[in-house]
Amino acid sequence: MKVLVPVKRVIDYNVKVRVKPDQSGVELANVKMSMNPFDEISVEEAVRMKEAGTASEVVVVSIGPQQAQETLRTALAMGADRGILVKTDDTVEPLAVAKILKGVVEAEGPEIVILGKQAIDDDSNQTGQMLAQLLGWSQGTFAFKLEKQDGELTCEREIDGGLQTIKLKLPAVITTDLRLNEPRYASLPNIMKAKKKPIDEKAPGDYGVDTAPRLKVLKVTEPPQRQAGIKVEDVAQLVDKLKNEAGVL
Amino acid sequence: MTSLVIAEHDNSELKDATNKTVTAAAALGEDVHVLVAGSGAGAVAEAAAKISGVSKVLHADAPYLEKQLAEPMSALVTGLAANYDAVLAPATTTGKNFMPRVAAALDVAQISEIVSVDGPYTFTRPIYAGNAMMQVQTADPKKVITVRTTTFEKAGNDGSASVESVDAPADPGLSSFVSENLAKSDRPELTAARIVISGGRGMGSKENFEIIEKVADKLGAAVGASRAAVDAGYAPNDWQVGQTGKVVAPELYIAVGISGAIQHLAGMKDSKVIVAINKDEEAPIFQIADYGLVADLFKAVPELEAALG
Repeated sequence: MKVLVPVKRVIDYNVKVRVKPDQSGVELANVKMSMNPFDEISVEEAVRMKEAGTASEVVVVSIGPQQAQETLRTALAMGADRGILVKTDDTVEPLAVAKILKGVVEAEGPEIVILGKQAIDDDSNQTGQMLAQLLGWSQGTFAFKLEKQDGELTCEREIDGGLQTIKLKLPAVITTDLRLNEPRYASLPNIMKAKKKPIDEKAPGDYGVDTAPRLKVLKVTEPPQRQAGIKVEDVAQLVDKLKNEAGVL
Repeated sequence: MTSLVIAEHDNSELKDATNKTVTAAAALGEDVHVLVAGSGAGAVAEAAAKISGVSKVLHADAPYLEKQLAEPMSALVTGLAANYDAVLAPATTTGKNFMPRVAAALDVAQISEIVSVDGPYTFTRPIYAGNAMMQVQTADPKKVITVRTTTFEKAGNDGSASVESVDAPADPGLSSFVSENLAKSDRPELTAARIVISGGRGMGSKENFEIIEKVADKLGAAVGASRAAVDAGYAPNDWQVGQTGKVVAPELYIAVGISGAIQHLAGMKDSKVIVAINKDEEAPIFQIADYGLVADLFKAVPELEAALG
């Protein structure tokens, strides 16, 4: 069984993002970029499937600029077998990403596609579900635990208020949540080995996908800032303020 | 312009998230219809008919709609979307699950987690965990939108819409429900509570969270936690407030032993009044708190409980 894992290159989650003064977006120049953290969890899950003998091959794919190759190398160092870079310098919206991934799925024939539940840049939380719809596949989003039996996948999911377990017919699309696993750090020998693993280069046009955006970004702004309030002396003063000044008790 | 709002419910009770999504839909234009999809959810459809501003309720009832799984929900909603200019659902784990499928089936972009309607085609949504706000305009013929409910007021309940039964398409049979493990609690739900009290890494242990729970019970508040506290095993994951947890905006948010990482602030900074209790006076949480108390939480929290009588 082949597993496909799409990965996205995003601003590192430790970096404080800065809005550009002209409100056209956020500052990306000279900013540390990394693999989307949820995608690391996806890669880890796929590699564990391979180590357990459930998966035969783990293919990673990234849609983005030339530098997205570094993100693919990170995934290869974690244990993926080979990579595909669908190269484009344009912003590609989730729907177009899902269409390109559909083309990759048709070419590669995986039985499971594992994606992060969302990318921490645009926070869309759409691509996995869209891909499942375009393929007519089942989906297990926000996965907390995965177990494969014959022709079926049991997926425990994080939902509001608790956990839900569903059974999915294969092939299936999975999106990962934080607690599914803890991604490994790539070891130095594995980083060296990853440099020799193959990465194919493609373009959105190879899959016949038009990536023209459907949404026009009018502006990107700083969120409204809260002002610091006052320091209270003790609990008695706090309760008094909450009762008599803020009126919330 | 007519909008369809997908109701959030558990087959017996209509959730407030529905009323808030109706408010967002009403901002788009005249007519708002609500779809109640479930199993034996007649009472929910009746409740939805009372939401102010709703002119019609569509009620689809089928055993396979009981858990609103993504595949049958998207088949149902995609079919109904032909009659609407916009389809909206609250950005709950249910809405987030099936709405992108609907958007893909309709070949339109989804606009996720809007926090305001700025015009019939223009919306604002947070990106980078709320560290930036993006205003977008859609060129698609139909709008598929999920709504961050914390920023919209609840629509009232003085309406009297008609309820119409609609047939659901056959179950695609791709997935099936097995079981559910929901946290049982007498306290209000985090995202719907008027008061939330949360603990952070400073709580030190799972047992110590009890002092917060006692205050919560006196105030009728929900209990939350920072990701650090969840990761340390002090609190269950569904208490987590923040970028990777729940987004809350109660009237009063009390942060106890929480330093105020960006991750956490993203989940609570829209609260009306914020109180911070922390022994580190340099903690970033004080920069956004309306009332800050620099104190040892193990002394201050029991005092607070006592002061509440």
